[in-house]
Amino acid sequence: MTVFEKPKSLTDAPFHYCPGCTHGIIHRLVAEAIDGLGIEGVTVGVAPVGCAVMAYNYFACDMVEAAHGRAPAVATGLKRAMPDRIVFTYQGDGDLASIGMAETVHSATRNENITVIFVNNAIYGMTGGQMAPTSLPGQVTQTSPYGRDVKTVGYPIRVCEMLSQLDGPAYIERVAVNNVKNVRNAGKAIRKAFENQINGRGFSLVEVVSSCPTNWGMTPQNALRWVEENMIPYYPLGVFKDRTAEEVK
Amino acid sequence: MAEKVLMKGNEAIAEAAILAGCRHYFGYPITPQTEIAAYLAKRMPKIGGCFLQAESEIAAINMVYGVASAGKRVMTSSSSPGISLKGEGLSYLAGSDLPALVVNVQRGGPGLGGIQPSQSDYFQATRGGGHGDYRMIVLAPASAQEMADLTIKGFDLADNYRVTCMLLADGTMGQMMEPVELPAPVEPSVGKPWAVTGTEGKRRHNIINSLSLVPEELEQLNFARFERYAEIERKEPMWESFMAEDADIVVVAFGIAARVSKNAVVAARESGIKAGLIRPITLWPFPKQPLAEAAQKAKHFISVELSMGQMIEDVQLAIRCSRPVTLCNRVGGMIPTPEQVLESIRSANRR
Repeated sequence: MTVFEKPKSLTDAPFHYCPGCTHGIIHRLVAEAIDGLGIEGVTVGVAPVGCAVMAYNYFACDMVEAAHGRAPAVATGLKRAMPDRIVFTYQGDGDLASIGMAETVHSATRNENITVIFVNNAIYGMTGGQMAPTSLPGQVTQTSPYGRDVKTVGYPIRVCEMLSQLDGPAYIERVAVNNVKNVRNAGKAIRKAFENQINGRGFSLVEVVSSCPTNWGMTPQNALRWVEENMIPYYPLGVFKDRTAEEVK
Repeated sequence: MAEKVLMKGNEAIAEAAILAGCRHYFGYPITPQTEIAAYLAKRMPKIGGCFLQAESEIAAINMVYGVASAGKRVMTSSSSPGISLKGEGLSYLAGSDLPALVVNVQRGGPGLGGIQPSQSDYFQATRGGGHGDYRMIVLAPASAQEMADLTIKGFDLADNYRVTCMLLADGTMGQMMEPVELPAPVEPSVGKPWAVTGTEGKRRHNIINSLSLVPEELEQLNFARFERYAEIERKEPMWESFMAEDADIVVVAFGIAARVSKNAVVAARESGIKAGLIRPITLWPFPKQPLAEAAQKAKHFISVELSMGQMIEDVQLAIRCSRPVTLCNRVGGMIPTPEQVLESIRSANRR
């Protein structure tokens, strides 16, 4: 009996992610969901600009690389062109919640039938650790060297809370990947976000609270502890919206 | 012969897009291209197509990117300030070698400018608009009929060469009503094995992408793209030549400026001046050859433009500055009169 194997929806290309980065776990969860639902051959993924920019090399399904922040618009085009295909985006916090906020909000309010995987690690990783829209108050980054001062640069954005105020979206959940229990829950949420699309339920977003040991300047273990002690209290886990129990019209 | 219909230029574009097999349109409201969106908002749902008003020009061009990635014909339209916003997307479309049709019904600028006709986006259309080394095929219609014909031609060119094609019209062309003989519907025939339609487990995954971090590879991609551009420059220049064969004074103008100039050329001929008109229909590739040939006989060129003088540089390049080229122009939404062009012709003839 096979206890553990690489998901078929991942290619053999080695990840470029830093040691201890949780993108690897999240890629795996997405691939497991695609495998589990048997949809690899009909799925098209959209990669962001940011650390996951080369996700197109890692997922074995057809892939599109979008401009920074525009993945939901690109996914909208793909889904409208091919309603029978499963379309997902994989985006970071700078991509989804800063430069691409308009595309995020409007694809959500249209209840675009797509799946959005939102990786929130509170920092711009690829460019070397700048302040993100989700950086915590007081968080030290390259562009907030004295700590995020909310008086001058404002507060972090809680994406799930904000989007769940809209009538449009079908399903909004926040999960984390800092321990085994949370990873298992994250896997379930991601699978549900794909199932919703298969069932025509509409816009499903899973925010994954993640870590960035390199740019946080921590060991991987300490980074996971920081997720537990600082990130999750600011970004509480849970289901923020779920209209999937309602009848489909 | 098909029946003629009285249509606005903008409506001719919209209906021609449908006839070309385009079933996806994304746009954002802006004057003076509004009729395109309004027309397609009515028509698309009736024929199983998709009309979607995007949250911004930026979103619209990226929705275009998505449909083009799926291998289907797709169009967006805007006017000058909106095209600036689409600049990023135009660069990505070029970098990913995706075919699409983008319409610019130009208005006066820069900035918010005005809403009256202009041709001052010539540089933006023919020199880039977005970042990086790339070209778009730029078509310049001068009648409602050409708005329709060049829309269909634009989709074909885009598919054939995997490039973005821009229909560069102006507010006059968009708003003017003229009889149009609608072309027959076209069935898109170019295969797109590169499209991301799902592997179905039958092939390796396709990737639509403009990122290439290895300099040697990115250089080769640019070289390959420019080989295609060179082929376009050889095969696709289009122009109309009007009384230009024996002309002493050659007027060069496109779009509405060409319509005005034609009247001036006729008037000049009536007064004994050998004037002619060369009307570029493709602005890129620019029709260099007919201009170079005309320069063998002509003594003077006049570039008539609704801009501060943009195409004039291509005219000078095409004739290698072998003859004087003067500018006859109005800007800000103003249009030169035939009298103004005639006066430029007379003035050139007196030299």
